[in-house]
Amino acid sequence: MTTEAQIKITPEMIASHGITEGEYQKITKILGREPNFTELGIFSVMWSEHCSYKNSKPILKTFPTEGPNLLVRAGEENAGIVDIGGGLAICFKIESHNHPSAIEPFQGAATGVGGILRDIFTMGSRPILLMNSLRFGKLDDAATQRLFRGVVAGISHYGNCIGVPTLGGEVYFDECYEGNPLVNAMALGIMRTDEIVKGKASGVGNPVYYVGAATGRDGLGGAAFASKELTEESHEDRPAVQVGDPFMEKLLMEACLELIKTDALVGMQDMGAAGLTCSTCETAARGSTGIEIDLEKVPKRESGMIPYEIMLSESQERMLIIARKGHERKVEEIFEKWDLHAVKIGEVKEGHLMRVKNGAEIVAEIPAKALADEGPVYVREEKRPAYLEDAQKLDLASIAVPNDFTAVLKKMLDHPTLASKAWVWKQYDHMVRTDTVFYPGHDAALIRIKDTQKGIAVSTDCNSLYCYLDPFEGGKIAVAESARNVVCSGAKPLAITNCLNFGNPMKPEIFWQFHQAVNGMIASCKALGTPVTGGNVSLYNESPAAAIYPTPTVGMVGLLEDIEKRVPSFFQNEGDLVFLAGDTFEEIGGTQYLMIQHGLKKGLPPRLDLEKEGRLHKFILGMAAEGHLSSCHDLSDGGLALALAESCFDPHAPKGVVIDQLQLAVRGAVREDAVYFGESQSRALLSVKPEFKEEVLKRACENGVPLFQIGCVTGSRICIGDRIQVDVQEALSIYQSAIPRRMAR
Amino acid sequence: MFKATINVTLKKSVLDPQGQTVLHALSTLGFKEAQDLRVGKFFELTVDEADRNRAEARVREMCDKLLINPVIEEYALTLREEKSAR
Amino acid sequence: MKAAVVVFPGSNCDTDCFSVLSRVMKMDVSYVWHKERTLPKVDLVILPGGFSYGDYLRTGAVARFSPAMESVIKHADEGRLVLGICNGFQILLESGLLPGAMLRNRSLSFVCEHVWLRVEENRSAFTKNLKQGETLCVPIAHGEGNYFCDDDTLKRLQDDSLIAFRYASQTGEVSEAFNPNGSRDSIAGILSGKRNVLGMMPHPERASEPILGYDHGRKIFESLAGA
Repeated sequence: MTTEAQIKITPEMIASHGITEGEYQKITKILGREPNFTELGIFSVMWSEHCSYKNSKPILKTFPTEGPNLLVRAGEENAGIVDIGGGLAICFKIESHNHPSAIEPFQGAATGVGGILRDIFTMGSRPILLMNSLRFGKLDDAATQRLFRGVVAGISHYGNCIGVPTLGGEVYFDECYEGNPLVNAMALGIMRTDEIVKGKASGVGNPVYYVGAATGRDGLGGAAFASKELTEESHEDRPAVQVGDPFMEKLLMEACLELIKTDALVGMQDMGAAGLTCSTCETAARGSTGIEIDLEKVPKRESGMIPYEIMLSESQERMLIIARKGHERKVEEIFEKWDLHAVKIGEVKEGHLMRVKNGAEIVAEIPAKALADEGPVYVREEKRPAYLEDAQKLDLASIAVPNDFTAVLKKMLDHPTLASKAWVWKQYDHMVRTDTVFYPGHDAALIRIKDTQKGIAVSTDCNSLYCYLDPFEGGKIAVAESARNVVCSGAKPLAITNCLNFGNPMKPEIFWQFHQAVNGMIASCKALGTPVTGGNVSLYNESPAAAIYPTPTVGMVGLLEDIEKRVPSFFQNEGDLVFLAGDTFEEIGGTQYLMIQHGLKKGLPPRLDLEKEGRLHKFILGMAAEGHLSSCHDLSDGGLALALAESCFDPHAPKGVVIDQLQLAVRGAVREDAVYFGESQSRALLSVKPEFKEEVLKRACENGVPLFQIGCVTGSRICIGDRIQVDVQEALSIYQSAIPRRMAR
Repeated sequence: MFKATINVTLKKSVLDPQGQTVLHALSTLGFKEAQDLRVGKFFELTVDEADRNRAEARVREMCDKLLINPVIEEYALTLREEKSAR
Repeated sequence: MKAAVVVFPGSNCDTDCFSVLSRVMKMDVSYVWHKERTLPKVDLVILPGGFSYGDYLRTGAVARFSPAMESVIKHADEGRLVLGICNGFQILLESGLLPGAMLRNRSLSFVCEHVWLRVEENRSAFTKNLKQGETLCVPIAHGEGNYFCDDDTLKRLQDDSLIAFRYASQTGEVSEAFNPNGSRDSIAGILSGKRNVLGMMPHPERASEPILGYDHGRKIFESLAGA
């Protein structure tokens, strides 16, 4: 019988593991010898883009990660932690599961949810909220419908079962995602500040436990898989897709959260991408210790698994626990209570080696820190893409101003990207835990924290068309708009997590997009005071046709000190005055209007002035705190007309609106279509009781925010001058049926 | 040793929306000849018992107690003798 | 009124029920772990929503064999109160404390939304503060809430006035248009023959505080508190 140690490492084998010649030399230098087959596999997953960020690290390092309330910073642990006062902290992160979802949408999306939840409870925090950002090709295509249906069902399956509310997020449809959908899942957890758990192996002699599902061959090489472009053949890679078991994860989560309340726990790390390999070497690297595990003791689901397979398996719902020596019984008892079996597979050792044994035989021996932290880092070549030259050009004179603006509005309400996403979020249990205050459909999701006055607002956002046309401005806007969403609910933006979805970084044009978008995000993060707490990078998002649009998804988290001061997105009271805050310019480039009505994805996207944006936030937060706002809704995709319609669409009590003073809000000559559908930034729609009118106007003036009274909440129609007139019920019915109509079986 | 296979379907009197949806999907794909489709589930288990009658009785007991909900489901059982592993 | 909430592996509305009873209703409430054979001395047992045993095999099918369920069945047989919500209702059906079974929703999708219920029967400890025919807005969240029973059972439920709630419009109109899952006769909740066991798919614990949008569900807990 040939053992793995005897397998000869050939140049072909090295190449098939995605390891370059230079990287291989680095490996032999670290080891002081040639690696064996198992070690080669271990290096290949740890040094894949997915685990090592080798192509993105130099850029990611430039994100601002400092802030007054940050307890754990980006990169230190599985997820960043932010202090919210009162002895409480929150922990959140967004992560991609794009490639697995492209191959098997249901399981790919489900395991994406499972993975991000483990990242959160690994830190000792209880997950209390899930959101997601989903992007697909055009919904009229049958293949897209299958992906969309599968992804939504998978998220619903996992989140509902485990009992963490999924509060929507965003869904975009654009042909650039055809064959390469994006599935970004975000989770947020809450913890006491004295219960933070580190993913660290310390204390020589402390036992290392394996808990959760048995190891099978599923997901073999998943981390490496996520770092390859999708090709026609990858549909043959089906066995690489993992199957999720939310019930198992629920038990694991409850047991782990029970364990942190004891003094038996030293460190905890989930087995996500690169499974046992990654969790073992990362805990040792963080603790600056050695670690030794025995693969014979690892519970296995299939027979005949070789060390290579056990180390690289990405079976779901598994955790690595570092316990305190002498407290083994306590750990085992807690897991037994939850019908789980904690198996001691090794212990923390002196030195710095990760030693993997299979019974008596040593199958891998690698310096843990070198493997986890000293992977290759590349500064890739950048080049401004040639397409921009033409794409940014937009001759407004050649774009006819429509005659019938009511018809344009109806057409836009029927577009799946702009239409109601109730078809999606009604499949998610968005109310479990009885903390959901703002349901999906609001600008930001809002949950309360029981036994406090506090609330947490979350928004996920990215306009990838803007990023395609101008990655810097697009990156800036992604951060600013998600912050604006949170502000509109009355909450102060605290920090962001991000999921950077791009194409192949080896292409200089793609890398340029990446760098520009990150620079744009940094500008907004700095100006708005929201540091980055962590996130994830997903590169190689290319289908056979082309790369996706650059899509740096932002997950913004805000704090509302007094939940009673929350501001809904929908109009509330007949007779309330409607105000438009912010200036409207002739900005049609990159808008949904230009794409839907004129079939063009062209022009420069709207410009964002961060000072104006900051002033708007300050004004809205001040007015919210005073309780002067009946509703507040940000202007984004679809511009003013869409924002007005959405404000009327309270699912439980729709309202009408009459806008009769719009001319006052537009300074200078602006085309009529730009007035209704332009997407000028730093704008919001406010409704206010008449008695607060003077106060609101005064405060806007003090804050340097242009504020215009444009109409009032009344009747049962949406009337924008005499140019747009439609019954709210009719508009609502178009808005609500756009997606169900396309998804009818 | 017997290998028991149990095919479970919803009773004829119970609406099977999943079956109807699949049938409809087949029909839109051009399989017009497909009819009366019903979706069910399937159990396969090995029974460590030498006597066929006793094995069958035990499996029926398993079905009645846990595997089947008699309010909505019915099942068909087949038993196949297997060479004992021991 | 003393209450206990049974926790099965996979329960996920256990803390929600506990929270409403303790925080909102100020009741004396405790948890019962599914492996416990004896119940504390309580008047009311709640079987909460969730995915007990992952809903593998059938919803509620495995949970009903938990040691705690033996005591719950005994508790019910003695005429004391049991409320099963969502997965708890499914467990009651599987355990035979209530008649019928659950099928997958007609839409084949999980559905989470606010629905209106018409109160059909107020002669029970759970519904005595409600008015016959009044409507309540309470959320549902389930993939298998399509209530099924045979004709004889349905007739008995109707004749004995054991249907507690039906899905309806806000104004109380019952029709297929307002039936979110395809349940027979729009049934949302039923009582046992002795009226001491109530199973319902909607979640009253999610509609018991104004901040959550509606507090109509609270009337059920208020009925119980005064029982």
